[in-house]
Amino acid sequence: MWQIFHKLGSPKWFYDIASRLMPWLLWIGAGLFVAGVIWGLAFAPPERLQGNSYRIIFIHVPSAFLAQSVYIMMAVAAVVTLVWRMKLADVFVKSVAPIGALLTFLALFTGAVWGKPTWGTWWVWDARLTSMLILFLLYAGAIALGKSISDEKSAARAVAVLVLVGVVNIPIIQYSVEWWNTLHQPSTFTLTERPKMASEMWVPLLMAILGLYLLFGWLACLRMQTEVLIRESRTRWVKERVEQGGNR
Amino acid sequence: MAFDSFEAFVSMGGHGPYVWACYIVFFVMSFVLIQQSRARRRVVMQDLAHRQNGADTAKTDKAGADFARVDPAKH
Repeated sequence: MWQIFHKLGSPKWFYDIASRLMPWLLWIGAGLFVAGVIWGLAFAPPERLQGNSYRIIFIHVPSAFLAQSVYIMMAVAAVVTLVWRMKLADVFVKSVAPIGALLTFLALFTGAVWGKPTWGTWWVWDARLTSMLILFLLYAGAIALGKSISDEKSAARAVAVLVLVGVVNIPIIQYSVEWWNTLHQPSTFTLTERPKMASEMWVPLLMAILGLYLLFGWLACLRMQTEVLIRESRTRWVKERVEQGGNR
Repeated sequence: MAFDSFEAFVSMGGHGPYVWACYIVFFVMSFVLIQQSRARRRVVMQDLAHRQNGADTAKTDKAGADFARVDPAKH
């Protein structure tokens, strides 16, 4: 058990595993995502009340879903950073924060554009939208805080604390549509019930979510590898990888 | 196919601008982040290779100096 844990924390081990995984993540992820989006855009039937504007769902829900689960992963990594001082956990937090920020922005943007024809407004200050905006600010705060502290270890700890404090926002986002009156519709997917929409709609949506998940994994690996190369630049194994031409 | 013609697909029953704006912004911004991540990876690799090749002669080379963590024990 401890050996596995130790291995997981080894940057060299991570670098080599990531190199092997990345082509799979990229091609399966891109295939699923593109297929789901094309299916959703061109072949899924129009929605009874919203017509065709609902087709935004095939990028809106994957972005919003990933935005939250990336934050949860960051919070787990933050605990590992604080408790076990594992370097790789901090590399993860630093590498994925910009991806999470982009996904949150995209969820907000696509939601606003979807809101205009559906609700008649781009934005309302209700619970779901506001808590997503707070999620975006948390990501932005984590990036800014990490950049403003030059000592690597202090930066890692400060960012980890910020990420952990912000994690209270996640259940608020999740339950906002149930606790408060909101314009936002309830969750499309729940773990316990069958989706309420037609299978021609939820199957492509599920494909887009899974595809985006894998693509996130690919981009996270790429960015983490870069960060590992920088931090371990003095070690022999990095010098070997550089001589091999990067193992891309 | 849920549409009768390509024109119907593009106009999306009047919702075309909303739908396409979302998809364009999504793909453009994702592409930018991906390209930026790949470019940075390339720059770091080149910088490391450059430093390695001229490790002894180019000690004063400042490029990438921010990245290197100096470990006093190894000097």
